[in-house]
Amino acid sequence: MEDKKLFLAGEYDACVIGAGHAGCEAALALARLSLKTICFMVSTDSIAMMPCNPNIGGTSKGHLVKEIDALGGEMGKNIDKTYIQSKMLNTSKGPAVHSLRAQADKQKYSNSMRKVMENTDNLTLKQAEVCEICYEDDEKGRFVTGVITASGAIYKSRAVVLCSGVYLNARCIFGEVSEYTGPNGLPRATHLTDSLIKMGIEMYRFKTGTPARIDKRTIDFSKLEPQYGDEVVTPFSFTNKEEDIRREQCLCFLGYTNEKTHEIIRENIDRSPLFSGNIKGTGPRYCPSIEDKVIKFADKERHQFFVEPEGDYTNEMYLSGLSSSLPEEVQIKMYRSIKGLENAQIIRNAYAIEYDCINPCQLKESLECKTIRGFFSAGQANGSSGYEEAAAQGIMAGINAAMFLLGKEPLILDRSDGYIGVLIDDLVTKETHEPYRMMTSRAEYRLLLRQDNADLRLTEYGHRVGLVDDDRYDAFLNKKELIEKEIIRLNETSVGASRRVNDILEKIGTTPIRTGTSLAELIRRPELNYDMIAELDENRQDIPKEVSEQVEIEIKYEGYIERQRQQVEHFKKLENRKIPADINYDLIDSLRLEARQKLGKIRPESVGQASRISGVSPADISVLLVYLEANKNR
Amino acid sequence: MITDTIAAIATGLTNAGISIIRISGNNAFEVIEKIFKTGPAGKNGYIKTNEVRANSVVYGYITDGEELIDECLVLVFKAPNSYTRENVIEIQCHGGVFVTKRVLETVLKNGARTAEPGEFTKRAFLNGRIDLTKAEAVINLINAKNEYAVRNSVRQLGGITYKAICEIREQIITDTAFIEAALDDPEHISIDGFTDVLKEHTENEISRLERLIASSANGRIMVEGINTCIVGKPNAGKSTLLNSIVGVERAIVTDIEGTTRDTLIETVSFGGITLNITDTAGIRETEDVIEKIGVEKSMEAISNADLILFILDGSKKIDENDITVYQAIKDKKVIIIINKEDIDNIIDISVLDTDFPVINMSARTGSGLDRLEKIIREEFYNGDIMINDEVCITSMRHAECMKNAKASLEMVLESVSAGMSEDFFTIDLLNAYTSLGYIIGEETEEDLINKIFKDFCMGK
Repeated sequence: MEDKKLFLAGEYDACVIGAGHAGCEAALALARLSLKTICFMVSTDSIAMMPCNPNIGGTSKGHLVKEIDALGGEMGKNIDKTYIQSKMLNTSKGPAVHSLRAQADKQKYSNSMRKVMENTDNLTLKQAEVCEICYEDDEKGRFVTGVITASGAIYKSRAVVLCSGVYLNARCIFGEVSEYTGPNGLPRATHLTDSLIKMGIEMYRFKTGTPARIDKRTIDFSKLEPQYGDEVVTPFSFTNKEEDIRREQCLCFLGYTNEKTHEIIRENIDRSPLFSGNIKGTGPRYCPSIEDKVIKFADKERHQFFVEPEGDYTNEMYLSGLSSSLPEEVQIKMYRSIKGLENAQIIRNAYAIEYDCINPCQLKESLECKTIRGFFSAGQANGSSGYEEAAAQGIMAGINAAMFLLGKEPLILDRSDGYIGVLIDDLVTKETHEPYRMMTSRAEYRLLLRQDNADLRLTEYGHRVGLVDDDRYDAFLNKKELIEKEIIRLNETSVGASRRVNDILEKIGTTPIRTGTSLAELIRRPELNYDMIAELDENRQDIPKEVSEQVEIEIKYEGYIERQRQQVEHFKKLENRKIPADINYDLIDSLRLEARQKLGKIRPESVGQASRISGVSPADISVLLVYLEANKNR
Repeated sequence: MITDTIAAIATGLTNAGISIIRISGNNAFEVIEKIFKTGPAGKNGYIKTNEVRANSVVYGYITDGEELIDECLVLVFKAPNSYTRENVIEIQCHGGVFVTKRVLETVLKNGARTAEPGEFTKRAFLNGRIDLTKAEAVINLINAKNEYAVRNSVRQLGGITYKAICEIREQIITDTAFIEAALDDPEHISIDGFTDVLKEHTENEISRLERLIASSANGRIMVEGINTCIVGKPNAGKSTLLNSIVGVERAIVTDIEGTTRDTLIETVSFGGITLNITDTAGIRETEDVIEKIGVEKSMEAISNADLILFILDGSKKIDENDITVYQAIKDKKVIIIINKEDIDNIIDISVLDTDFPVINMSARTGSGLDRLEKIIREEFYNGDIMINDEVCITSMRHAECMKNAKASLEMVLESVSAGMSEDFFTIDLLNAYTSLGYIIGEETEEDLINKIFKDFCMGK
């Protein structure tokens, strides 16, 4: 770097490093909030690239996409434009676990986002590798002043958002082969890690993997089970109607491994870089490679996988559930042992990728670095995995970088506000040493944080920060009002125990009533729903399906929803017990040593957050509460 | 402040043979080093705690300047191996109110402050030395008024409640975790057949909790005593009975109807059982203002009572007054005593048409008291098996939390039978888990700590 001539290339409000799923959301949020933003990427052809699975959404991830959309983000709209199959999962279970998932045409997805990025006011795109983040120190601490690229160009800014994904010092490995490239063979970034370390950031090294891509022409689909999309498609974005995004859908296929496959894997396990120790990075427990699954669930006779098309433009088929870092020759044997893939031709090999990322416990709940003002970080750079997790952090980092620049309070979503809240709180509080993937079990208040009510929960915030415009906001308020009115109406409207009523009830398959019963009471019966009792509801107005769906859920599960709301109230009490930023944990003798160390390292913002740090016990929390109480008035 | 050094007389202020003053905190050792000289007449100079082995006893004198105050033994406990996990000094001095106070004053003059009620135990809890149920057990031990309660408190201190709650919680969280795991990875973890298993586990947990809750009523009675009312028409012999049970002339006994103006409350150990006995004014219509007050207070006492001893004058027939009294008490637990068997037995008890146990006795001579004791024991302790084999929860707080947990588990069963999908079960399972967690201090309510410690009314 020393022998490069540095020159001032421009001055911006914010620099975003990376244009993956996090980078795009962050850059768009900043630009749309009228901040002059520049977004750097190693290649403009890889904007919003999907280097791994060709889908958006799924269990718990679909929730994130809906929440991003409610806040005014782009991912939901983009997938609605470019999906080739869409399906609502878990419809046989309760509404809390219904999850929307869509296959994307990868190229269309990337191109579509690129178009949005290129045509947004206040946003400049730049193909360049960022090598250094510049900073200065003053009496209040450290703060960022801009970035420098590989060609020596200096870009001044007051905020920097790191969205470097899996590019930092990336290494792709399969078997004994390793290539020093980023994902999909793209160039990696080699200087930024050093700069981050110099700035005082602690770095981790993680790994993740991706399966092989198989030539469509070499797959025997007759041996696999076809999987169809939904006939009536649910849009991801609340701004889209079903009829506007309806289109022809493609098929996916379900297949299974078998004992032969497992044998091949077991015989060659020592050639797997994870097991041989060639990969130092820690891999995701919940996105396991097929060799992980075979070893862990040793008595399972078969594991399922899906064959998913990557888009209209290619014959490459993605093998979901079969990611691997075994050597190429083992991959070939392994895939070909599977029914339907006997003649499979691999176009791209499966591989694992190792990369540098930061320890996210260094971030506040706003995703701003605790020790460096104006420095934000989002996406896989924070040790998460998945496009949706990245985009969720991206929009929050973008919003809060904007709030920082405008001198406003940051937007913080907590664990009861949305899956985004769960995601961020987990990242900045719990020290995990593997890539973090969002899962249903991570959210405590699932019944309240449904994907169908994301707009009811978050549109308000989107409007408040300025990403949701007045028209959309008004439409949302209208929907909210309709829901509330209809719930009241159904609770206040009763039917008497007349012959006519009971005949109808019997007809629709439920027991007759003996006294006057409200319509809401009827809807609550497990065997009935809103549509079924239409005949008894003479005064019913036509309301949109999205309204009646909400009404039905609120009524049917009223008891559970109420109990969960009480749990949230209790949760909020400890969340709202803020801990002063300058607290000195060494002064609190009665804390156990481990708790004192962890609290001092992570410096939680509330007692609630403190209680979630591993190593801090309930007794320590009691001590903390007593200490705060005793020192309240000093 | 937590880092203060506190001191208190651990043995209470009475004229006993020994008094113990306990000091705990950062400066406990500095304090004792200023006031305790070792050796006969303190001739070996001030104690140096760093030269003393931990948990050892040192002989010497408490001094105030040159003045020798008392010959005593000092026990040195070095943190964290002490009751509070802080540095602790225990001074065993001669009992006797004056000397004890003098020693305490000297301690306070040299760097300690008076402990607040329960403060030693509070520090023991905050420092992780004892968990919440043990802390409460210590207080119950101190307050225990009879041998049943003593036995129970010791068992609770040993963590038996803790163990029972932990076992139930363990099962609940295991079931919850299974459901969550199946939601995350339905391919590898199957929920098939699980609802039957969950139903069985939950029913077991509910019945375990029911037994624990039931014993809490007994638990309170055991520790706090049976609230007993002696009622009967004027001059049936109530005060005589009270005197007889207590063993001392306490109530004013006269031959004139209506003398017991105030309600007396006496706590007695009656055959190992604690009775909190209230002698009520004779219940009858009366114009006498003072008597009227007595009667109202009596009605109040009756409504709070666990047991009513209804005295009838066996030497007279049952009259209006008796029936009035009986009407007022028949919804409570009653033992009917036909008194004055030493005089005569004219009374016809069948007039009352009652199922309550009836005994004949003479309060004046004391004959029949043993029969009374036996019946009381049967009425309250015939669940003896339950008390001996189960854990008794002596605190209302525990019972409350357990009732909430039980209600939550019942909702789980409701959800199961309503055919709800399994992601609904976890809401109530986790509520039950949290409620039980409050008991053992695994969950912190924001104000829980202060709530508990303000109930402690004895410094230790």
